[in-house]
Amino acid sequence: MRAVMSGSDMGRALRRIAHEIVERNRGTGGIIVVGIRTRGGPLADRLVAILEEVEGAAVASGILDIGMYRDDLDQRPRTVLGPTEMPSQIDGKTIVLVDDVLYTGRTIRAALDALADLGRAAVVQLAVVVDRGHRELPIRADFVGKNLPTARDEHVMVRVAEIDGEDGVWIEGPQAREEGSAA
Amino acid sequence: MKHLLTMEGVDRATLASLLDDADEFYEVMHRPIPKVPALRGKTVATMFFEPSTRTKLSFERAAKALSADTLSFSPGTSSLKKGESLKDTVLTVKAMGADLMVVRHTSTGAAWRVAEWTDLPVVNGGDGAHQHPTQALLDSLTLRQHFGSLDGLRIAIVGDIRHSRVARSDVFAFNTLGAEVTLVAPPTLLPPDLTGWPATASNSLDDVLTEVDAIYLLRVQAERGGASVFPSVAEYRERFGMTDARFNRLKPDTIVLHPGPMIRGIEIDGGVADDPRCKVLEQVTNGVAVRMAVLFQLLGGSKDA
Repeated sequence: MRAVMSGSDMGRALRRIAHEIVERNRGTGGIIVVGIRTRGGPLADRLVAILEEVEGAAVASGILDIGMYRDDLDQRPRTVLGPTEMPSQIDGKTIVLVDDVLYTGRTIRAALDALADLGRAAVVQLAVVVDRGHRELPIRADFVGKNLPTARDEHVMVRVAEIDGEDGVWIEGPQAREEGSAA
Repeated sequence: MKHLLTMEGVDRATLASLLDDADEFYEVMHRPIPKVPALRGKTVATMFFEPSTRTKLSFERAAKALSADTLSFSPGTSSLKKGESLKDTVLTVKAMGADLMVVRHTSTGAAWRVAEWTDLPVVNGGDGAHQHPTQALLDSLTLRQHFGSLDGLRIAIVGDIRHSRVARSDVFAFNTLGAEVTLVAPPTLLPPDLTGWPATASNSLDDVLTEVDAIYLLRVQAERGGASVFPSVAEYRERFGMTDARFNRLKPDTIVLHPGPMIRGIEIDGGVADDPRCKVLEQVTNGVAVRMAVLFQLLGGSKDA
């Protein structure tokens, strides 16, 4: 297992992303920052905290569980659902989706479907800590913490303190996982 | 979990995961677009060999809200009238592409037989006087929503326990989730032997009235012989009915549940049925949510996992 971002790297990346969000949207008016469960949730909370500090105004947020929208339900053992908590009205708003890793794009596809069922956002943007490539759908991120070239059989792990007890990004090869050292 | 056939022996973690998922589907039901694509391409067959309004509609509503297709079977208009066997009927519906069957039948164990014959996931939608597991789930969800947890709750189930698949399902679910259950009925409407029932029994509603957190009223079931075992409807109401007078003696936070259909004037007075502490309509809404959770768990995962 190889560390590719330390906790402080990750903190700086989130801070930069927050500034890019403000710059792109000329402020934070009409923005809803929406984390995708599970790790997108605390990451969205941190972006909201930085955005509020930078702009000095409250920023709306939400959390989206995409378990009911997956296209691979048949291939998974059991999908555990979590709560979706969104502001009651998203019509006309700018949604910033937040996730830990952008890989095939299928999670984001599911999240876009879930959002469409909740209303008609004016704009949807995507912020991720790591973009590891290998897209299977025409989806890209607007804000990226780190572009990380990977092989398909490698495993990228983003850890966040609220869930995993520490911040940082690690990559591990296929052999490492066979030896059972995966966390 | 491959099937949902009974509440007997289902562990607490399984019940909790179904209720947790049901909470999420409850939220879906209250969205402007109350539909998710989770079971797109799946077909749910509702095989009701015994009359039902709410359970059948509720399963169909649940399947459609998950984007599954439904095949609906009713005995009145079917080839059963021409002498086709139960086995041939369900195999025919399987051959049409059903991925899951909901089975209601007057005979105990019918759903188990259908599961053997078809090798499909089967949900027991009520078998005779035996089991009705999704009713127990929706009742548990209603209690959990109101009280936060069933742990330590005292619940009285009142009425025709002997002929009731609802009571047989509820006692196991309520007990597993931590509640204390008292069965209240005249001796003729209690099961002859309470061995194996995780509950105590009483012959007097008035004795337990002021001590319980929830009262679960059962319907007097004429079609299962329930009317012939007590002298008159008036006497039943007098001793076991939730009259306005009894309702006023309950603790102020005690709630009343009923599986429906309610017979006003026998087991429940009209004033009680219309009171906000009577949760019948919440139970109906929760029925759709728990059935979504059951269908999602039985059809949403891979078969070999």
